[in-house]
Amino acid sequence: MTNSVQTSFPDQSLSEDDLIARAIDIRKDILTMIAQGGSGHPGGSLSAVEILSSLYFKVMQHDPGDPKWSLRDKFILSKAHACPVLYVHLAHCGYFPRTELATFRKIDSRLQGHAHIKTPGVEMSGGSLGQGLSFGLGSALSARLDKKQTRVYVLLGDGECDEGQIWEAAMAATHYNVDNLVAIVDRNGIQNDTWTKDVMNLEPLPDKWRAFGWNTMEIDGHNFTEVLASLEEAKAVKGKPTAIIASTLKGKGVSFMENNPDFHGKAPNPEQLQQALSELDNLK
Amino acid sequence: MTSASPREIFGATLVQLGDERPDIVVVGGDLNKSTFAHLFGHKFPERFFDLGPAEQNMMSLAAGFASSGKTVFASTFAVFATGRPYDQIRTSISQPHLDVKIVATHAGIMTGEDGVSAQGIEDLSLMCALPGFTVIVPSDAPETVQAVRAAASTYGPFYIRLGRPSIPVLHDDDYKFQIGKAEIMRDGSDATIIACGIMVKSAIDAADSLSTEGISCRVVNMATIQPADIGAIVAAAKDTGAIVTAEEHLRHGGLNSIVSQVTSELHPVPVESVSLNGYAESGKPEELLKKYGLTEADITSSVRKVIERKA
Repeated sequence: MTNSVQTSFPDQSLSEDDLIARAIDIRKDILTMIAQGGSGHPGGSLSAVEILSSLYFKVMQHDPGDPKWSLRDKFILSKAHACPVLYVHLAHCGYFPRTELATFRKIDSRLQGHAHIKTPGVEMSGGSLGQGLSFGLGSALSARLDKKQTRVYVLLGDGECDEGQIWEAAMAATHYNVDNLVAIVDRNGIQNDTWTKDVMNLEPLPDKWRAFGWNTMEIDGHNFTEVLASLEEAKAVKGKPTAIIASTLKGKGVSFMENNPDFHGKAPNPEQLQQALSELDNLK
Repeated sequence: MTSASPREIFGATLVQLGDERPDIVVVGGDLNKSTFAHLFGHKFPERFFDLGPAEQNMMSLAAGFASSGKTVFASTFAVFATGRPYDQIRTSISQPHLDVKIVATHAGIMTGEDGVSAQGIEDLSLMCALPGFTVIVPSDAPETVQAVRAAASTYGPFYIRLGRPSIPVLHDDDYKFQIGKAEIMRDGSDATIIACGIMVKSAIDAADSLSTEGISCRVVNMATIQPADIGAIVAAAKDTGAIVTAEEHLRHGGLNSIVSQVTSELHPVPVESVSLNGYAESGKPEELLKKYGLTEADITSSVRKVIERKA
């Protein structure tokens, strides 16, 4: 079976310069919606922008007009607290209007405080860490059973790798030799309480994935060239899944949020939002 | 009276369903020879996944299959099917209301000698706490077949609770199980015994024994605990004025809680409970039933007590 149906994405016309420019708008939308919502998780949303932009605009086959299209590639946000980065990408793709971002975390909204499948384009209800890789593995095995060529991408937080279930799934994925599954670790080095190295040492993290039998790559998670190349390389790997350890900056793009554990789960106040937006505008 | 094993018939039913439904996938956790899910694995190896004793991964993986359009049966022992992966069931299966059928075997205290860790006596409380989950406790092998088939053909998350032993067959081939419909096993006027699982047989025996004393009992098989048959509970309260619940489970959170909630709200009558008040211990199943108050005699004495309370 081939994915011969015309879809809206990937968008081959977008250049890396286009992606870089769009990433600024995406970061502004993330910060604005969290500020409007009054709470949320900016740090780990900003660190994953280039990863999601690469997937949603340049890599995954998907159709915002038909969110349940049976031959779509799937993105699973296991670190579901970073849902602003997902919602903004879904809005930019056309799953729902960008104006709806203003309803984030509010009553009657489709945009819950943690990703939930009631939102068009959201594949998994999350919010309790550690479950997305298992969910993605089930989705990948299902696609293989149905002889689909579709792929499944799971975004994990680095702090999330403290969860034992991640490693249950990592072991099962290689046991079943899936090669249509990619785990991307947003290695921003900060979790809820503070630095990951102080809460629970993860290193040597790439070696752990290799020891579980995964094709493992280490990249700069803010460099579109590297992100896109790693995702392309993963497609060629047969018989085993791929783990991409993406080195990132928590709070990327905003001076006072970068590498600042305080902005893991705190909304910017109105003054901070204005400063952040003007910093981002200056990047244009 | 013949006996049959609900878990064996579950395995056989899975194989039949596998033949009928190519979209059915089965996952298990290294107990598949005991749950009889291995029968499905032998016939359909490409649709069968033994995840090892890693139940958290098993439940979220089942959710991934279900979100991809599969009907998934996830089977292991009751203690490992509920408490261990409860958060995964809640977040990955219940909240998105996915088509996952959890069939737990070795529930209750009939696992006997294995001791308290293996005795799943909290599972109904846990599973009934999840909105949208259908929870079924079949009373024998024929009802198990129908419950499993009903679950397979009805979208949404299910929990089906089976025990380890072979148990008496109470239903003939004409029996039609319906989700959410209680079954009146026999009618009576002085009190109603509402039971589920292995306690249905004990309830029938208790009613027989009480009839020789001139006490007339209705016996209701409440196979579906959630959503419960509210009409049958209210009718029992109105018609007989007293209810005894009987379940191989903790008193809290299972059948007694549901019946008490419904009667207190809609038609208050005296309610007595035959159930467990705490953890048991290792021992032969029959010894445990006797020591921990889950016998026919415990039901008859509760019926006498509840009838006294009517006055």
